[in-house]
Amino acid sequence: MAKKKKPTLNFATDWSYAPAPESTDHVEIENRYDLFIGGKFVPPSKGNYFNTINPATEKRLSSVAEAEKTDVNRAVKAARTAYDKYWSKLTATERGKYIFRIARVLQERAREFAVIESLDGGKPIRESRDVDVPLAAAHFFYYAGWADKLEYAFPGRTTEPVGVAAQVIPWNFPLLMAAWKIAPALAAGNTVVLKPAETTPLTALKLAELLRDIDLPPGVVNIVTGAGDTGAALVNHPGIDKVAFTGSTAVGKTIQKAVAGTGKKYTLELGGKAANIVFEDAAIDQAVEGIVNGIFFNQGHVCCAGSRLFVQESIHDEVVDRLKDRMETLIVGDPLDKNTDIGAINSKMQLKRINAYLKIGTAEGADLYQSTCAVPKKGYWCRPSLFLNASQSHRIVQEEIFGPVLAVQTFRTVDEAISKANNTPFGLSAGVWSDKGAKVFKVSNQMRAGVVWANTFNKFDPSSPFGGYKESGVGREGGVHGLLPYVRLT
Amino acid sequence: MISFSMPVSRKHPLAEVPTSPPVDQIGIEERVARFKTRSIKKNAKTGALELILSMIDLTTLEGMDTPAKVRQLCAKAMHLHDELPGLPQVAAICVYPTLVGVARDALTGSGIKVASVATGFPSGQMPLKLRLAETRNAVSEGADEVDMVISRGRFLRGEYAYTYDEIAAVKQACGVAHLKVILETGELQTLDNVRRASDIALYAGGDFIKTSTGKVQPAATMEVTLVMLQALRDFYRSTGQIRGMKPAGGISTAKLAISYLVMLRETLGQDWLTPKLFRFGASRLANDVLLQIAKQRTGVYQSADYFSEA
Repeated sequence: MAKKKKPTLNFATDWSYAPAPESTDHVEIENRYDLFIGGKFVPPSKGNYFNTINPATEKRLSSVAEAEKTDVNRAVKAARTAYDKYWSKLTATERGKYIFRIARVLQERAREFAVIESLDGGKPIRESRDVDVPLAAAHFFYYAGWADKLEYAFPGRTTEPVGVAAQVIPWNFPLLMAAWKIAPALAAGNTVVLKPAETTPLTALKLAELLRDIDLPPGVVNIVTGAGDTGAALVNHPGIDKVAFTGSTAVGKTIQKAVAGTGKKYTLELGGKAANIVFEDAAIDQAVEGIVNGIFFNQGHVCCAGSRLFVQESIHDEVVDRLKDRMETLIVGDPLDKNTDIGAINSKMQLKRINAYLKIGTAEGADLYQSTCAVPKKGYWCRPSLFLNASQSHRIVQEEIFGPVLAVQTFRTVDEAISKANNTPFGLSAGVWSDKGAKVFKVSNQMRAGVVWANTFNKFDPSSPFGGYKESGVGREGGVHGLLPYVRLT
Repeated sequence: MISFSMPVSRKHPLAEVPTSPPVDQIGIEERVARFKTRSIKKNAKTGALELILSMIDLTTLEGMDTPAKVRQLCAKAMHLHDELPGLPQVAAICVYPTLVGVARDALTGSGIKVASVATGFPSGQMPLKLRLAETRNAVSEGADEVDMVISRGRFLRGEYAYTYDEIAAVKQACGVAHLKVILETGELQTLDNVRRASDIALYAGGDFIKTSTGKVQPAATMEVTLVMLQALRDFYRSTGQIRGMKPAGGISTAKLAISYLVMLRETLGQDWLTPKLFRFGASRLANDVLLQIAKQRTGVYQSADYFSEA
């Protein structure tokens, strides 16, 4: 008997969407950016600049100063002076007012920031417009409110600022990470030297312009650009009191060694390899949507991405079929197009890394599936990808890929799901999908992860703490917890 | 998951209807919000507007409807806006059974279908015998399509076998006419119920599933339509049979209709982007679509006074 053809859906439709690019007319990017130290833009001591490019076109956007040790010195000194002279002398209410002002002006200039974030980092405008920028503003609003209420955050204790905070942030959420770091530091009364990532410095520099425009006292926030050496000079500087780092686990370990015995406080928010567990009693279509949101949000450049999918075996085929259908409807391309779902990979280096893992996974015996969409010729692109039949001993399951690549495994029992999910050196986040409340609570309580989402994924709120177990980091950011690293309690 | 509250004989065909999957309302709402963020411009918009026109069931379902009003509606269907050449026709005219004959005569030779509501529309509170007789009458008067309502009271009591049987019986009474099953989602309370009713209607033989009568608020929403589209997709995947969808009531702007089209495209794909399988039940939508088409062609918005009322 001839085998009946499996009914399939066809998403190559006669009617499809025309390009709908967001305008860039209102955006001003300088040809060259200096270092923001003591409330002014100052040239770097050795006069070196490096290019920052648009990863979707490989075209140069601007040049950015490379901060040397001397420059870092100046920045730390400016932060110390600002702390002694202005910031620690202000009343908490006045401090709060400045932070509210940052939040408001950021909201007013949201469109400009969103477009620059997408130009510099490659993320779709839908995300920078609807997630990155509004959430960054929300963080400033949230922590502005805490500035004069610290005694309520830590009842019965007296709080003092730590002093000068060195903050090093990654390229996946450039503006949002700057907000996560700067807002609680200022609210608790500290001053800041921030180093944005070398591939995505522009929104931080735009933020510097904003801080200057709203008359934040000079030196309260200093922004120095550069690569790893600049970061190392900053973290190792004897004049700082606190290190806040978000980035790779490897660099995080180096920092932890460097600050050991120095008395500097530190928080590290590092890599992840989150388990996303789908039980057979889940609302499957909504779970598929959560899987997509978990791994393809921001091209998978998300430390808490749901990069390991565990599907109960009875629904595996159904979930994979639906996931493949959904992947066909994802639009990959111009980050500035309002219909783009997946933008450009952030850098050539990162694309190389992702492609290397695609090879590794195939060599390890997992089955690679990619959506059939066309990608532009210029720029750095990766189609949404699945590895079916992956296993716990594969590198694609163990290591953080930081790209739109999902490793799929099955499980039979609840205990097996929990054990496999926790069988990783990371522990930043996890997802649980089930229509049964009791199961959701049981499983999420046993996840060794800082954030567990139930029947949703990648939801963020300034009032909610965020951070890792195990090699995913130390300390918490966000919420009341996020104030703790920036205060001394007596 | 929904359980059967009434015992069902193993021999009853309802036993063949698969268990309906749970539906997460928040997840559905988030997905719908995402469809609405799609930006449809230029030729994509023109294409969408023309497709929408061709999918409209131009509807009048009032107690005070007259033969003259129905003839006017039919004239509108055949002459949507003659100043804009090359427009597609609407798919059908939808009226009460007593006016089917009038519509039939007025539309002769136009290729536009006549749809009749039946089975005690809109409440369905009528003995089944009479509802079947009404169906047969509508078909004999010349209806190409029958829009039935289910007995929501029986469904909400968990009498799913009754729901299955009534749909199957109406389908039989329809003969060659196409059957659209109105679930009246505004009375079904939960998206789980919408999904269950959709599954039953499809397995019992409905050619289309339809959201609403338009007489109950809320009428069509994108959320219930998405759940119903997912039911259509799963029915197709399990049986290989393609069935249609008709959201009705409350879709009065071109913008909203385009969002429905985006949802249809990204949920079911190419095969469903046709009036054979997707309809809008609407009375006011056509003129807003025409207004937008005129804007696309001429570059300026025109006064609503230039567009004839149906």
